[in-house]
Amino acid sequence: MSTTESPPPTAITKAPRFREQLIGFHLLWGVVLAALGYFVCHWLGTKIGNHIKGQTATDQDDIAVLLGFLGATLGWLIGLGFFNYPLSRMMGRPASLIEGEEYGVWRYFRLCTDHKVVAVQYFVAVLFFFGVGGLNAMLIRGELTSDNATFIQAGNYLTLVSLHGTMMLMMMSAGVLGPLGNYLVPLMIGARRMAFPRVESLTLWLTVLAGFMLISAIFLGGFPTGWTGYAPLSVEARAGMDAYLFSFALIGISLCLVGLNIIATVMTMRAPGLYWNRIPVFVWGMVTTSVLAVLAAPVLFAALYMAALDRTVETTFFLASNGGSPFLWYNLFWFFGHPEVYILALPGFGIVLEILPVFARKPLWGYRVAVAGMFGVALLSFMVWQHHLFVSGINANLRPFYMFTTELISIPTGIIFLIGMGTLWRARIRFTVPMLFCLAFFFNFLIGGLSGVYLSDVPSNVTTHGSYFVMAHFHYTIMGGLVFATIGGFYYWLPKITGFKLNETLGKIHFWMMFIFFNLTFFPLFAAGLLGMPRRVSSYNPSLHGLNVFVSISAWCLGLSLLVFLANIVWTQLLLREPAGPNPWLSKSLEWQLPSPVPSYNFERIPVINSAPYSYGIPDAPPVADFGTPARLPGGPAITPEGGVL
Amino acid sequence: MSAVGAMTDGAGPDVRHGRRILIIWAVANVIFVPIVIWVLGPHIPPYDASQQSTDQHNVNVVLSALATPVLLMIWVYFGYSITVFRQRGPEVVDGPPIEGDPRIQVTWLAATTVIVIALAVYGTVGLLPSSAAGAGGGQGPNPLSKPPNAASALQVQVIGQQWLWTFRWPGYGGVQTPYLVLPVNRWIAFHVTSLDVSHSFWAYELGVKADAIPGNDNVAFVRPTQLRSFQIRCAELCGLWHGHMNTTGQIVSQSAFDTWIAQARVRYQGVTQQLPPYSHVYYPAPDQRAG
Repeated sequence: MSTTESPPPTAITKAPRFREQLIGFHLLWGVVLAALGYFVCHWLGTKIGNHIKGQTATDQDDIAVLLGFLGATLGWLIGLGFFNYPLSRMMGRPASLIEGEEYGVWRYFRLCTDHKVVAVQYFVAVLFFFGVGGLNAMLIRGELTSDNATFIQAGNYLTLVSLHGTMMLMMMSAGVLGPLGNYLVPLMIGARRMAFPRVESLTLWLTVLAGFMLISAIFLGGFPTGWTGYAPLSVEARAGMDAYLFSFALIGISLCLVGLNIIATVMTMRAPGLYWNRIPVFVWGMVTTSVLAVLAAPVLFAALYMAALDRTVETTFFLASNGGSPFLWYNLFWFFGHPEVYILALPGFGIVLEILPVFARKPLWGYRVAVAGMFGVALLSFMVWQHHLFVSGINANLRPFYMFTTELISIPTGIIFLIGMGTLWRARIRFTVPMLFCLAFFFNFLIGGLSGVYLSDVPSNVTTHGSYFVMAHFHYTIMGGLVFATIGGFYYWLPKITGFKLNETLGKIHFWMMFIFFNLTFFPLFAAGLLGMPRRVSSYNPSLHGLNVFVSISAWCLGLSLLVFLANIVWTQLLLREPAGPNPWLSKSLEWQLPSPVPSYNFERIPVINSAPYSYGIPDAPPVADFGTPARLPGGPAITPEGGVL
Repeated sequence: MSAVGAMTDGAGPDVRHGRRILIIWAVANVIFVPIVIWVLGPHIPPYDASQQSTDQHNVNVVLSALATPVLLMIWVYFGYSITVFRQRGPEVVDGPPIEGDPRIQVTWLAATTVIVIALAVYGTVGLLPSSAAGAGGGQGPNPLSKPPNAASALQVQVIGQQWLWTFRWPGYGGVQTPYLVLPVNRWIAFHVTSLDVSHSFWAYELGVKADAIPGNDNVAFVRPTQLRSFQIRCAELCGLWHGHMNTTGQIVSQSAFDTWIAQARVRYQGVTQQLPPYSHVYYPAPDQRAG
């Protein structure tokens, strides 16, 4: 690394002219080469497929589609320039460790190794795909205003349901690790970059590609399985299923790499003085989430690979008639799927516990217990997956065990509530927009958690399994929990990311609309499930018609509330651009001690950490970090206490 | 950075807040727990069409009665805190730097652990061989929760396929019917399986749900106690017409059932002869795999 030392923070070279940029490696070439790769490999796949068709008498073109996706991925990565660095190194040529920063605003459209740029790219991508998933939900609710399949054809309805579920699960699992994790982890631990900046950019561009590949399922006939992709159905489904398999696999790779990157960063790149017991609780949330992602995503990948083999070269991993078993898919999928559910919860815990002390103006009440609670959730989440299979015909003797482990999870999650309650005790609570979202998190997550008790109890599960009760339950935990926390986090950190204020009044309108209509949408669905409405249906018992119309109207208002959020972002960040100042919330956290937006290379000098960032109200508390005086050799690299890496 | 806030809250020392919260919580419990049990309780599904649904209904009422105090405690605490400890106005004042109290943390951990273990024990009791509550859920080929004389139960095979249910009666010459009619007050053993993809047999009012998975014999027990009809739905996504994969079953007296099944044997005689011999699982020919 010492041979490719970076230029000093201020020495950003002049941005190349537009014409010069056109020939470089960036998004445009990524798209062109991805399309080229798709068509070349699709053609190749058709040739191979013809050969296999002769042997097995199937008329599927899954081989062509899957190979096409593989070619598209390769072309995409070549076009974006991901192979330049390893190839240069292999050929013994000098290669720059830092890339993309000299391109001004164009760095947002290419491989860039600045973690802040990647985070903003992630933010835009996740917001876009979240919008796509949300529009699907709006259409689903439109169809459900009638108790029979009416304006959306039944097959398209299933594709909508499947796209909504898969898109949301894929994007929300990257939704915090990507934007906030990549942005904040280096800032909070006093580092200038992530441990593997190129991998960080890779995960982003894989996520973007995966999102569009999933959408491409629409043009391949859609897929009927929901996000769970249950096996015998997925094996017989049309080619849209291949889009699901391939894009989910890309997300699996991406999740695994994000996790490795964050764990490595936190383990190796902490500033001096940032002991394990001083790491901000948000970073702990990211670390525990990363542990889950690293351990769970490979299992998903394996399962998807088997499904792809079943669909293409006629293996029978999941076909009972030829010696396989659908249970293999269920177990592999849920061994990933349940930790995945907590990949969608732990970041929320981290955000909420990080923001709460700032607006309660009190130290986090029980830091160590909170961290232990997060690790407890992470550990237990690998031991509960068969509760998704309580009535599927698993060994009946196993059901009490999985019931017990499932209920055990309420102990560590209860700790998160305890920490929140302790922090609010005799606090000086200010109702800022981020704080409102955090408080709503507790309200919603409580309902989500308590409804989980019904689902974990086998006799009660007989009614609620596979019904709208489950659907309401996980929307309360994921949307009411994670999405509320994440939006709160965006309101809190966006002024740091962009340097511009968000509008408080619009924020409050957004909050109250979203909170009220979220609850009006999903609470009645508990009743719908208990009254016998299965998930993922386009026709239901006419007696539930009124309830569903009510829910649909609420859901559309919920969608409108998110438009207020979007309007707020566009208006304040793109048009108004009112400077937020370095620390509008008077937070003690490390990132708020830096200018907004954070300069390239983050810290003039690597800070020396004095304490955990929660010393509110403590008289004579030292500042959270000692930033020292800028020390730099003229024209040379910055000197850091740890020896001057970057 | 703001100055350390002076302790100017007029709300008094800790103990008074704690006592007030406890009192509000107790009052709320006295009001709402009986409402949940006696007003809301009777309306909680799955009602009482069978022994299983009655037991599951009772479980749901018990869980609701247990969840209510927890819900109220958190709501009362948060409601009280954000009302009383709220700081209005633009001035930012720091609160008292209270550190986490290990005694409270240990107490909380102990309390949640006790609740969780109690829940798990309660749920497990519902799954014991002697209990009817867990018998309605599919238990695979070797059920644990079952009636004492399971062998003498009326055997009904439920066959799911895209997108309809059929029912086969091994005790009546293996006849297959497109309708489900069951005798009242008699133990019934459902053997649920599938011919193509995974389905889930959900007899809503009976409190029965068992996934129909190809190659698997998923057993669930039920003992209907009322003469009435019940809905049958598919609760596992099975493709295009998943939402339409429903039918209505009927619970009738034993004599009416005997008459019905005798007529069915005659009416479907031709079909029965065409069917493969009765088996716990069926494997359709591989060339039927869809393209």
